[in-house]
Amino acid sequence: MSTITNNASGGNLSPEALSLKHRPRPVEALIYGFLFFCGIVSIFTTLGIVYELGKESLLFFSTPGVTIWGFLTGTRWQPQAGNFGILPLLTSTLLTSGMAMLVAAPLGLAAAIYLSEYATPSLRKALKPTLEVLAGVPTVVYGYFALTFMTPLLRAIFGKDTVEIYNTASAGLVMGILILPLVSSMAEDALSAVPNALREAAYGLGATKLEVAVQVVLPAAVSGLAAAFLVAISRAIGETMIVAIAAGAGPRFTFNPFQAAETMSGHIVRISGGDLSYNSIDYNSLFAIGLFLFIVTAAINLVSQQVVRHLKRNTQ
Amino acid sequence: MNGPGLSFPVEFDPTLPRRHSSGNIFARFFLVSTWAGIAALALLMLTILNDSIGYVIITTEVDPASLAVNGVPYEEQTNQQLTDILANHLSARRLRVLEKETPFADLNQAELVLLVEQEVLDPEAAATFSMVQSLFDRSMVNAELAEHPGATMQMRFWLQPGLLSNSGSSNALLAGIRTALYGSLWIIAITILVAFPIGVGAAIFLEEYTVDNAFYRLLRANITNLAGVPSIIYGMLGLAIFVRGMQPITSGALFNAVSGDPAAATGRTILSAGFTLALLILPLIIINAQEAIRAVNPLLRQASLGLGATQWETIWHHVLPQAMPGILTGTILAISRAIGETAPLVVVGAATYITFDPTGPFSKFTTLPIAIYQWVSRPQPEFRSLAAASILVLMALLLSLNAFAIALRNRLQKKQ
Amino acid sequence: MLSSNIMPYAQSNIFSKTGEQEEAAGASGFAIEARNLSIHYSAFRAVKNVDMAIPERKITAIIGPSGCGKSTVLRSFNRMNDLVPGAHAEGDVIFMGQNIYAPQVDPVEVRRRIGMVFQKPNPFPRSIYENVAWGARLNGFKVGLGRPSMDEWVENCLRKAALWDEVKDKLNQSGLSLSGGQQQRLCIARAIAIQPQIILMDEPASALDPIATLKVEELMQELARDYTIIVVTHNMQQAARVSDQTAFFTVDADRAGMLVEFGDTRQIFTNPKDSRTEGYISGKYG
Repeated sequence: MSTITNNASGGNLSPEALSLKHRPRPVEALIYGFLFFCGIVSIFTTLGIVYELGKESLLFFSTPGVTIWGFLTGTRWQPQAGNFGILPLLTSTLLTSGMAMLVAAPLGLAAAIYLSEYATPSLRKALKPTLEVLAGVPTVVYGYFALTFMTPLLRAIFGKDTVEIYNTASAGLVMGILILPLVSSMAEDALSAVPNALREAAYGLGATKLEVAVQVVLPAAVSGLAAAFLVAISRAIGETMIVAIAAGAGPRFTFNPFQAAETMSGHIVRISGGDLSYNSIDYNSLFAIGLFLFIVTAAINLVSQQVVRHLKRNTQ
Repeated sequence: MNGPGLSFPVEFDPTLPRRHSSGNIFARFFLVSTWAGIAALALLMLTILNDSIGYVIITTEVDPASLAVNGVPYEEQTNQQLTDILANHLSARRLRVLEKETPFADLNQAELVLLVEQEVLDPEAAATFSMVQSLFDRSMVNAELAEHPGATMQMRFWLQPGLLSNSGSSNALLAGIRTALYGSLWIIAITILVAFPIGVGAAIFLEEYTVDNAFYRLLRANITNLAGVPSIIYGMLGLAIFVRGMQPITSGALFNAVSGDPAAATGRTILSAGFTLALLILPLIIINAQEAIRAVNPLLRQASLGLGATQWETIWHHVLPQAMPGILTGTILAISRAIGETAPLVVVGAATYITFDPTGPFSKFTTLPIAIYQWVSRPQPEFRSLAAASILVLMALLLSLNAFAIALRNRLQKKQ
Repeated sequence: MLSSNIMPYAQSNIFSKTGEQEEAAGASGFAIEARNLSIHYSAFRAVKNVDMAIPERKITAIIGPSGCGKSTVLRSFNRMNDLVPGAHAEGDVIFMGQNIYAPQVDPVEVRRRIGMVFQKPNPFPRSIYENVAWGARLNGFKVGLGRPSMDEWVENCLRKAALWDEVKDKLNQSGLSLSGGQQQRLCIARAIAIQPQIILMDEPASALDPIATLKVEELMQELARDYTIIVVTHNMQQAARVSDQTAFFTVDADRAGMLVEFGDTRQIFTNPKDSRTEGYISGKYG
């Protein structure tokens, strides 16, 4: 708190009236209290997430017949039959996010290189926000897009017998469009942060634009690029509405991207959207999936922050 | 004139033509990739537009022309005439039910027209066509029309006044998003009321009242992590804490303010949804506000403190006014994120079909993205068109918010 | 000088010295020549009407007050200014009998033959070895019977840059691990690894301490036996110490930089013809 004593009318005071002592300031203390509360709300949010997910998961795992081992290795998720294996949900999550990265990583990186190394400043100023509009489109709209555009397209290309109406490929590809601006924007920031002196040095040695971009700028920005990819993967894993609409309803252990399969987030949203009674194993199992999802995404985010910190230390 | 001063000869191959040609190939690839994103955006908009306008073949229970009196179509008839139509066409039982819901005498003309459409005409979309089909495949449209004798065909832009003024309905032709819009607005209002003061307060606390110590770093790292937590996890948090744990408060039972039927008192209310979204966007608001506060010239603080102002007076009178445009920009962007959120609200428990408008924070709710989600999930093409038109409304809302934020940011940049 | 039994550059190259060209270049005795050169940044004219012919295998210093366009002129000699949006040059820069600003000229070819050392040492964030080898490999460095291996070539260039003894045991360490002076010599080694005809140096010692500066100056004089060196410096003692020729630039009334006087260094410093040169030099000396 402030230690500066307010002496508003000091000029006209006689010396004995002048006091430099601390004065109680109830209003300032009150405000500080409120601000402190605001500051730690986020801590309580995290604690709340960990507590609630953990508590319900504990209840889930203490149910007879449910084991952590079975949860992590089981290939069937059939709550009615007492099968709680997360693998079918996990594989479809990996399928959709893998498909998304297949789209977003090369295109996003290429777009970042174009924006950072090739585009004129005015073109970059116009293109970057336009790309970022893609990230601002609500995910439910992408779900609609996957179902009404991407799925018919895939079925037209690969045949209606091969591609089911609901399939992870369609959801994954559209999710790639969603995270494309995330990759390109973060990657562009990383590339732009590479000092110009390195580019000049390379040009001075007779390097072409491509050589400067790929052999000098890209390696110098590699940590930032890794962080961009990690954040995008974490976003793809947690993404819900696209998969809820387009990937299919019902867990299915498959590696075929043209088949319907439900992801972790898709399962949570479908089951909790129905009538769900508290204290049922269905309810508790959702929190176990949620905890798993939370741990995976938090771990990826932490690694990406570590990478960024590493980058900062190295460039200074 | 070669190899100046060398102890041995060196030679270089001519490599440049090859390097330039691969350079050109990659340059094209980079350019195409950049435009691929823009093309996807254009494709998305075209898909939405394609679905939101087109021919609809409508069959009705009763021929609308037969309802005309002396050449005056039913839409322009008086209240009494409309009530007569209802009385003539509906069973006595149905009339009693309707009369019990809202007495006909209390309805205005527009409401009576809607009632006539719903109850008497009961129009049904026998076939719905996209814009492309309507424009380029008339023969298919006509063939379909021929299969429905007595049906009428109209070119329908699904984003019509009725979409905004009608509430949810299982009939796509009569369904609207009024209830969902009100739900969205109520929830966003609560989200702002909670998230804005707490978010800005937290940013002030972090930037002005903490030094760079372990506690500060913990807070910061925590906020960054929260910003990366999937939104559905926030939904589960909201379900566990606000809907279930704080049920007496969020259902309104504690304040005797339960709206509608007592069955609504489950905590799955606007208040719970607003709180949940507030937690969701809190990290975004804090991070943006921190940046805005950090950008304020430190000399300004010193000048104010040097004049004998307390720390809070300095913040309130000097730092916050300077940082406000930046804080507002960040907040608007966070709000537009909240408006489009769907998954956490489904988990918190949006009602599937509600036809009555929310009356307060303890009402059940549905929101615009949830209405879209439900319509998209239905297989009939008329619901897809309905969803497309609603998406247009949602996108217009978000784009205008974003445009406002950008304008604000530009004004801020110009001032500095 | 070696006997000319090896062509340093490819035959197909427009800058290959063959027959007449070699004679022409040899006859003129100039490495590079600016003719009525003006350089603009968008609407702003940064440098106007420069005429200067830079002699071969000598050190030419460019001095003048800040903002007089010294660096701009230097960077126009290998088309480095092309990288600045809005920059363009008028007039001719003749290198090996050709105008490097002619439309058919590839700036990459120009920079490959006219190397550059920058104000701040800017080694690549790679190993010391890779810093030297990268440019050579890029430009098609040939290995084979009777030719040096890449290892030998890297060693040779590091020796030339007077750096070998200091780094020979840590070639795999990052170039950034070296001290500032060592980094700058690494940048010089990197430049000579692609065998340019001219090395442009933009205040190469301004970021270095006096001892490192001295080493770089010694190196410059060593290199001047084989290369043409053009150095921009704000340090007049340095220009007087190392250069054979000195060009004095100043800012004209229209804020454009202009060449005032160009001649033998000793003459410029002891007996300047132009009063502005005299004023600048004496003013600096106090």
